Amino acid sequence: MAIALVLMLLLVGTVLFHFLSPWNLTPLASNWGAIDNTILITFWVTGFVFVVVNLFLVYAIIRYRYNAARRSSYEPENKSLELWLTGITTVGIAALLAPGLVVWGSFVTVPDDAHEFEVIGQQWHWSFRFPGEDGEFGAVDPRLITEDNPFGLDPDDPNSLDDVLVQSPVVLLPIDRPVKVLMRSTDVIHNFKVANFRAKMDLLAGQVTYMWLTPTREGEYDVICAQLCGVGHFAMRGRVEIVQQEVFDEWFARQPTFGELQARAAPDPVAGEQLYATCIACHGSGGEGNRDLNSPAIAGMDAWSVARQLKNFRSGARGTHSEDIYGQQMRPFATLLADEDAIRNVAAYIETLSPVRIEPTVAGDARRGERLYRTCANCHGRDGQGIRAVNGPALAGVDDWYHVTQLANFREGVRGRHHEDMYGNQMVDMAQMLVSERDVRDVVAYINTLAAPGRTMATAQLGAQGDD
Amino acid sequence: MAHTGHDATSYAPPAELPEMELAHPKTFIGKYIWSQDAKVIAIQYAITATAIGFVALVLSILIRLQLGFPGTFSFMTPETYLQHVSMHGMIMVIYLLTALFLGGFGNYLIPLMCGARDMVFPYLNMLSYWVYLLAVLVLAASFFVPGGPTGAGWTLYPPQAISPGTPGIDGGIILMLASLALFIIGFTMGGLNYIVTVLQARTRGMTLMRLPLTIWGIFMATVLAMLAFPALLVAALMMLMDLLVGTSFFMPTMMALGEQTGYQDGSPLLFQHLFWFFGHPEVYIVALPAFGIVSDILATHARRNIFGYRMMVWALVAIGGLSFVVWAHHMYVSGMNPYFGFLFATTTLIIAVPTAIKVYNWVLTLWRGNIQLTLPMLFSIAFIFTFINGGLSGLFLGNVTVDVPLADTYFVVGHFHMVMAVAPIMVVFAAIYHWFPKITGRMLHSGMGHVHFWVTFIGTYAIYYPMHYLGFAGVPRRYYAYGETGFIPESVVTLNSAITIAAVVVSLVQILFIYNLVWSTFRGREAGPNPWKATTLEWQTEHTPPRHGNFGKELPVVYRWPYDYSVPGAKDDFIPQNVPPEQVEMLPEGAVGAGR
Repeated sequence: MAIALVLMLLLVGTVLFHFLSPWNLTPLASNWGAIDNTILITFWVTGFVFVVVNLFLVYAIIRYRYNAARRSSYEPENKSLELWLTGITTVGIAALLAPGLVVWGSFVTVPDDAHEFEVIGQQWHWSFRFPGEDGEFGAVDPRLITEDNPFGLDPDDPNSLDDVLVQSPVVLLPIDRPVKVLMRSTDVIHNFKVANFRAKMDLLAGQVTYMWLTPTREGEYDVICAQLCGVGHFAMRGRVEIVQQEVFDEWFARQPTFGELQARAAPDPVAGEQLYATCIACHGSGGEGNRDLNSPAIAGMDAWSVARQLKNFRSGARGTHSEDIYGQQMRPFATLLADEDAIRNVAAYIETLSPVRIEPTVAGDARRGERLYRTCANCHGRDGQGIRAVNGPALAGVDDWYHVTQLANFREGVRGRHHEDMYGNQMVDMAQMLVSERDVRDVVAYINTLAAPGRTMATAQLGAQGDD
Repeated sequence: MAHTGHDATSYAPPAELPEMELAHPKTFIGKYIWSQDAKVIAIQYAITATAIGFVALVLSILIRLQLGFPGTFSFMTPETYLQHVSMHGMIMVIYLLTALFLGGFGNYLIPLMCGARDMVFPYLNMLSYWVYLLAVLVLAASFFVPGGPTGAGWTLYPPQAISPGTPGIDGGIILMLASLALFIIGFTMGGLNYIVTVLQARTRGMTLMRLPLTIWGIFMATVLAMLAFPALLVAALMMLMDLLVGTSFFMPTMMALGEQTGYQDGSPLLFQHLFWFFGHPEVYIVALPAFGIVSDILATHARRNIFGYRMMVWALVAIGGLSFVVWAHHMYVSGMNPYFGFLFATTTLIIAVPTAIKVYNWVLTLWRGNIQLTLPMLFSIAFIFTFINGGLSGLFLGNVTVDVPLADTYFVVGHFHMVMAVAPIMVVFAAIYHWFPKITGRMLHSGMGHVHFWVTFIGTYAIYYPMHYLGFAGVPRRYYAYGETGFIPESVVTLNSAITIAAVVVSLVQILFIYNLVWSTFRGREAGPNPWKATTLEWQTEHTPPRHGNFGKELPVVYRWPYDYSVPGAKDDFIPQNVPPEQVEMLPEGAVGAGR
């Protein structure tokens, strides 16, 4: 009879768990309360069936337990009972299905007054596009995607030029206005999920998918990817901020249009050279760095990654954590750069500097590091050359002691956890795989063996020898 | 004349087919390695499936260690995590459950329960196993190639399955697809056998409506598999071509980590339709044999006829048919035309009706029975409880509106593990405890069996039930770690740690089960030919374990359905299928024991 008792306990436990569980639907932030209601209806109907059928099961086990002196009843069929049960079940199923279909009807019907924005997913970050003043999205073609045209917009389409581009995983939406979310991917399948909205949908390359919702509650909500999209899937994060219309308008006005970005002048390394004067004291006139000052070599670094970090330093997204002492030292210098053009110019100049020889200083097991590096290679490249499209800067040719400091900072959340450092956030999540000092040393030892552009194989060999 | 059974007649039709000629090998290798005896092939299937299943079990523990204790184990990187998740899923669904139910139980039980000497194509049957073994070896080899096995998830969705950024694109995915193709080829050989044997090689008197539900379940599942696996086969071959030859069946014009690819205008959704056209019936390929087997075990150990036999048969057929028109409920948020949602939500919820009928009839079989709480019965009751839970949570996911917030969360993980992992595995255990005495002639050790049962039953419920609530909270699946996510509280990590501990305990007790199998094979108590006093033909063989050819000189003749338990007026509380009405020993008029 233990089984009857255990079933009874499991039944009671199941019901209690349901009511006492601290894990429940997130606070609703959209118009889709109807989805929550359908869930609630389903809970009551299925909960009722679960309890009744299991109670009957327990009753049967106790009442008809084995007794050598008794015989089972011999009853191959009972047509009326079977018909009744079929009928009641059909009614119950219809009761579940009907409200579901009604709500689905509104889910697929986008209101006429909905404004539109587009979500673009790619490994492993989000960006967004608004149709601009004309209210029409410009044509896109994945073949047109380049580093300067990451959205693949057609420059010859008159609708393109005023499209507003948000090259950041943070987007603002005005409260209480229905919005149609158009979705596409430039590579694999992703899924745009904001738990508080309830609605979600996959993003695919080669087709545009959609859903609609009305944001109803001010606040910041995590965007996560809900369709397995590769190694960085779990770190593909973004943020939707639901704000009043005025706040949205102000933010929206600050976002560049495609036309503005196209018309922007190329960065000027000559102008950058003058700005670089303030950097020389620590990073050296040739960008060779100075270990004693904890200043890494920067010569030849990709301009886009230098620019991003300078922007982070300037805005305080990096170098403001109380434990990031060296980052704090960098901040005042970054704030000397007046505007985005200044940042682009100095970054362009740094890229022109010839890379210097990096002396290995970290000893570790490069072979073990190679296995760990397999994960890193997805964003930073198999040769550590960096992949701009996934926001992974080059790692080869960077001072190994600097890697060690930064990996530790990421792992502890000293760097990258800032609210505005969306790409740094990803690295915090990724760095969790390096669970010990040894893991960090091993992976850095392997990075030392990767020949950086401008480094000879001889130095790479030297790095390899340092492992043993 | 007193009642001697539901459909018993003295008439048996004459034999239509000549006796089958069997090749009786003389050597050890001929008998046990290159064997054409379905029973030996069944055991080969079972051992291979269990072995690779244990690999998948270990993978699941590694997955759970990462989820329960993130940032603790340096052997778990995001890459290895995804690889373990993918291989765990694929192995469990295809290489363990499908192979075990059809290749294992199918091979052992179909000829015996139909009253046949063997499968109708014994040589093909042997070949089926060896191709399956090859498929398993190719799959296992992917652990050892550079870059390791694929980490694309068991669903292998393109483009990511064959794009950079996914582990295993150097070789793992090729081996995965090749192994699937091999598996399907091998399975087709076996499947043809099962279908033809059931249709053509039943003994005299064994009408379709006298078949035990076990055979009905396995038969329907095989029919589904023969129709569904080709979709997976073409999907696998087309993906291989996209990867190796540069076609664009599933690959749209796209970038890959910042580089333009040569792919053009393929359709990722096409793969999903093919995959789930296979994938949904696959759920029932695993479930229908379980439904059938559990029906027979419940009837035998409750000493009562299965309630509503004809309804049970038609429910199996209905579920099998409907299972081909519900596939897109896996794709509600895939970006397919959203209007499909109306159709597929409706068909999906309709399938709940025949499924619910089966549950009612199992419970009604216990009702007014005489329930012996043997180990097979305990596992069967555990199946009913688990299946009710998993079936009801399916009503959430099948109803398109409710699915939207829950898709790709731990609710899905909880649901499908409950309904197609734990529930069928409970039946696997019930079946092993039930038929082990026939297969080896010895009983499994009851003490070890009880420890195994209680830990497995309560442990798996503790693992999977709470997961549904993580899903309500929005916790996504296939995540290596959750980092700082606004809507995921710290308590989720605590719950994950607890689930992991439960999973480790449940896994450890499976070692005890394997030990019990080995120990009992040599040391178990002698079982005798029919320890459960069951009616079906496999318990009526001349020898236990049955020899090659299954039955004695004469094949048994069937006079009744398989559920003549506790027939009023009969002396014994069971009448085997091969006992004609006039040979039933009756109680004297007015004696006790005639029903309740």
